[in-house]
Amino acid sequence: MKKVLILGGGTGGTNIANHLRKLHNTKEMTITVVDRDDVHIYQPGLLFIPFGIYKPEEIVRPRLKQLSSNINHIFSEIDRVEHSANQVHLKDGQILDYDLLVIATGAEILPEETEGLTGTGWQKNMFDFYTLEGAKNLAQKLGTWQGGRLVINVVDMPIKCPVAPLEFAFLADWYFHKRGIRDKVEIIYATPLDGAFTKPMASKFLQNLLSQKNIILETEFNTATADGKNSKLVAYDEREIPFDLLVSIPIHGGSSYIEKSPGLGDELNFVITDKNTLQAKCAANIFAIGDVTTLPTSKAGSVTHFAAEVLVENILAWFKGEELPAHFDGHANCFIETGFKRALLIDFNYETEPLPGHFPFAFGPMALLKETRLNHLGKMMFSWLYWNFLLPARPLPGIPSKMSLKGKKTS
Amino acid sequence: MGLKEYAGKQIEIDDDGFVVNVSDWNEEIAKAIAAENSLTNLNAQHWQVINFMRKKFTEDGDTPSVRALGKLSGVSIKELYELFPKGPAKLAAKIAGVPKPRGCI
Ligand SMILES: Cc1cc2nc3c(=O)[nH]c(=O)nc-3n(C[C@H](O)[C@H](O)[C@H](O)COP(=O)(O)OP(=O)(O)OC[C@H]3O[C@@H](n4cnc5c(N)ncnc54)[C@H](O)[C@@H]3O)c2cc1C
Repeated sequence: MKKVLILGGGTGGTNIANHLRKLHNTKEMTITVVDRDDVHIYQPGLLFIPFGIYKPEEIVRPRLKQLSSNINHIFSEIDRVEHSANQVHLKDGQILDYDLLVIATGAEILPEETEGLTGTGWQKNMFDFYTLEGAKNLAQKLGTWQGGRLVINVVDMPIKCPVAPLEFAFLADWYFHKRGIRDKVEIIYATPLDGAFTKPMASKFLQNLLSQKNIILETEFNTATADGKNSKLVAYDEREIPFDLLVSIPIHGGSSYIEKSPGLGDELNFVITDKNTLQAKCAANIFAIGDVTTLPTSKAGSVTHFAAEVLVENILAWFKGEELPAHFDGHANCFIETGFKRALLIDFNYETEPLPGHFPFAFGPMALLKETRLNHLGKMMFSWLYWNFLLPARPLPGIPSKMSLKGKKTS
Repeated sequence: MGLKEYAGKQIEIDDDGFVVNVSDWNEEIAKAIAAENSLTNLNAQHWQVINFMRKKFTEDGDTPSVRALGKLSGVSIKELYELFPKGPAKLAAKIAGVPKPRGCI
């Protein structure tokens, strides 16, 4: 009997559990998923909550309902992993043994790590939208806000879905237009990067879009302090940005149990993971997937989905004692909502930056690095795909896990 | 990509001006790159960061971020910005002859 333990029942953990259950019956393999609660949030939906496009209850479902039957589950906070003993300790005192461990506990925001951010003004004139609470509070604030300086600030990288803050800026532009007060709102986008985005071609494109929409870009802004009382951000180089309303994308890190687990994580509590095989550096029988890893690609649901196919193949090989056959290429595929019912699409991997062209086939129907109506429909349909294809581990029709150059303009 | 002369040696550098081969580097080259970026006097703390950066890159195959430097190098983030103004991780990486920090994706 093979014993698989999965930490985290979010996007990656749920997908892997369901996929393994399809391949092995309960006599061959026990599968156990640990998570702290029974609330599964469709995180890409958080972007739309502040603007009233989605209601909070539309993006939340029970976790257990997403797991097929015959998968064991435990609700508890994780305390630590002891890889030399093949054991996981839970906060409720249980100790779990495993033959193979999959870590899928994601990334979380750490606003308390930025001086002042959780002090005076937090959730009053300084908000986040990466948590359901934050997104709900921001929705209330925006609904009655009469205008002023809106500052969107990425404190530091890496963050989940690195395009989401840009999407927030684009949607804010649209939202204030719709409310008829765009001329009373100044929108500033402050980032530690040297451009709107990391990858050169997409960065240039997005920068143009920001300026077209009259959103001011402030680059290489490394936030030292968020001062809610005096309504300003202060950078390490002493630059200041005053605000009336701050939307902060706080520092991210892995869950704190990783710090207590010998050898598992790096200084930000992300699990040190082989970018091709997804094996953890500390032990051959530990694998990691999704936002919790150190893979040099976006922390995104699409990445988690593509990586899951590679991971399952390698898990099966590992149980047979074979060499790990599957290699992840870092494939990411992200819709970027740009407001006014249009969106961009980018598709890339470790080696290839986002390029213009067509997707998924040479003729399309989707366009890459271009604002279209169809891309917007794709973005809105993603929620349905998430619950019905991604979590139950059904392959997405026409979209293989490896990135394809088909349709991309490479010169 | 291209060649550039530092301290009397032809060094291969990438489009952003970062040394391509980690093994091409020496302390004289570091000083030359620093001078080019308006850092004419490298003090002991500068070297502490530069050496830490090279050590970490050799161990992990990855250039550390500012946050990682702040936690691990023994120099606080505030000081890092004083030593290497604007983008400490980027500038220190350039001088240390390791790749541009990926700043994430
Ligand atoms: C605002 C926003 C917008 C986004 N937009 C997009 C998008 O458009 N497209 C896209 O592809 N991706 C998007 N993402 C990213 C996507 O949601 C994540 O990449 C994806 O959910 C990662 O899956 P995961 O399994 O790694 O982590 P998660 O799905 O976050 O799951 C981690 C699980 O681990 C549990 N856990 C963590 N620590 C502990 C502990 N100590 N004890 C017990 N349980 C624990 C948590 O409760 C959670 O259920 C967005 C994210 C955000 C925040």
